[in-house]
Amino acid sequence: MKASRKTWCTSNLRKALRRLVTLKHAEPGLQKPMVSPVKISVLTRSGEPEKMAQPRANAMEDVAQPLKLERGSECREAAPSQVSGFCPPRKSCHDWIGLPDKYSNLRPVHFYIPENESPLEQKLRELRQETQKWNQQFWANQNLTFHKEKEEFIHSRLKAKGLGLRAESGQKATLNAEEMADFYKEFLSKNFQKHMYYNRDWYKRNFAITFFMGKVALERIWNKLRLKHKKTRN
Amino acid sequence: MYVTQRSRSLNQQVKPKPEPTASPFLGKTPLDEAKAEMYEMSPLSPPSLPLSRKPHGKERIELEPAPVAEASAAVGAETREEKQWREMRLRADDLPGILARLSKIKLTALVVSTTSAGFALAPAPFDWPCFLLTFVGTGLASCAANSINQFFEVPFDSNMNRTKNRPLVRGQISPLLAVSFAACCAVPGVALLTWGVNPLTGALGACNILLYTCCYTPLKRVSIANTWVGAVVGAIPPVMGWTAATGSLDAGAFLLGGILYSWQFPHFNALSWGLREDYSRGGYCMMSVTHPGLCRRVALRHCLALVALSAAAPALDVTTWTFPIIALPINLYICYLGFRFYRDADRRSSRKLFFCSLWHLPLFLLLMLTCQRRGGAGGPQS
Repeated sequence: MKASRKTWCTSNLRKALRRLVTLKHAEPGLQKPMVSPVKISVLTRSGEPEKMAQPRANAMEDVAQPLKLERGSECREAAPSQVSGFCPPRKSCHDWIGLPDKYSNLRPVHFYIPENESPLEQKLRELRQETQKWNQQFWANQNLTFHKEKEEFIHSRLKAKGLGLRAESGQKATLNAEEMADFYKEFLSKNFQKHMYYNRDWYKRNFAITFFMGKVALERIWNKLRLKHKKTRN
Repeated sequence: MYVTQRSRSLNQQVKPKPEPTASPFLGKTPLDEAKAEMYEMSPLSPPSLPLSRKPHGKERIELEPAPVAEASAAVGAETREEKQWREMRLRADDLPGILARLSKIKLTALVVSTTSAGFALAPAPFDWPCFLLTFVGTGLASCAANSINQFFEVPFDSNMNRTKNRPLVRGQISPLLAVSFAACCAVPGVALLTWGVNPLTGALGACNILLYTCCYTPLKRVSIANTWVGAVVGAIPPVMGWTAATGSLDAGAFLLGGILYSWQFPHFNALSWGLREDYSRGGYCMMSVTHPGLCRRVALRHCLALVALSAAAPALDVTTWTFPIIALPINLYICYLGFRFYRDADRRSSRKLFFCSLWHLPLFLLLMLTCQRRGGAGGPQS
């Protein structure tokens, strides 16, 4: 048993390291995001994940999946689309929330799956997971695009002024707030339509999630009352 | 990845975001992911182990030659990261603090104090029970409106430094609970105002909640008109105080509303000047980003309007003629700062104007109260 697990672990480690090597040889400088920004921007207006070709950047996830399930003896089972390596203690029956993501600034949630999860609870959890993924992709793309375009703007303005990228003191040359204002205005107007679609979708999802949360809460209360009623009868 | 950081003095500095040890989400770097895999493959402890999780890395099997130093650093990072995950369980003793932050209690306190000023300035005998009902009703309505605002804005708040520690962003409370809390504040609040005070005040309270949550909040991402709508939202509470005391919308009520309306512009426009990067990245349509010239013009315009309104106060029998005279120094000062902001258009002048607006309003209202016209009506003795 142990030997076969070892060989299986070894082969997965080799796969992971191989992927690491290919990713490392990608574009230097800015750390390569797990989701390609360019891919997202040409896709659907609001970036619906089901219409997107999921980038292979989630390759690490494939490796991580069987490993997480292997650890089921220590920690509770992870939902199929959980992406973090975090594993909450078994006795916990709540969701767990992590630190803000580096790119999207959103906090990931590790969802709890109860053993007797009802169809409604499952629907809610899947909706929340899907929304989390969708939000993560939108904001990671948004922030990375902003950062990239800001750098390009700064470089072009410095070039136009005839200044280098570094000041005499050796520090990185920057533009003042008033010069940056042109960029902020341009960025906002360029992305206006994208924001409108995002807003609309976000409001819809937020309402749907809250509505289902209400339904689930009512269902649980109803079940508890039914159980109590049965107990008192018996 | 750049993140803007506000220093104590409201300045925005751009600095590279400190590298977190490992991103817990999709944004995990490939190197960190590989390291994570390495110690996830450690020998699985037998099920009889206690439930407290051991730092997995310490049991790592050397399956392939790996940089030990990197791995042990990553192990420390992994356990640190694990410790920073929080269980999303609401504890009873955390609830008051969380609800206070959800309802923006400081802003609510400011709103309620402007309502109290409106109540006190109204030419009617000061009725304590009515005042308390107005106070509580307006406070509850404000809590409800602020909670719904936060409920709508979770992903946007996450991306702005000023708002990233709000309860819904941090997962301290669920959206369902936030909405339930808002409903539990709005219904009794408006009911208290409608049946405890008078229907006019109740209607104004309900309208203000709708205006703030359904007009201002979505409009922030659509058009710069949101600032004007927001100014109306800020102007309604003192009007509510006035109508609670008198039962009608007099000229005095509109004057007070006008004063608060005008005050919003130097206050907010100056504040938003330093947040342009966050607004642009977050997709907020603010004058400071899209129409910077208009932003400064409007701020100056309304500083001057405050002078005109303070002169209108005795004309409408709200205060005596001493009021515009003794309020002149502070009015001239805010006009001067408004002019400096208009001319210089820099962070320093915007900061000065913003901080001035913070003390200008309470002092202005206090001076109004001390110079209140007492034509047979009651009012707090100065």
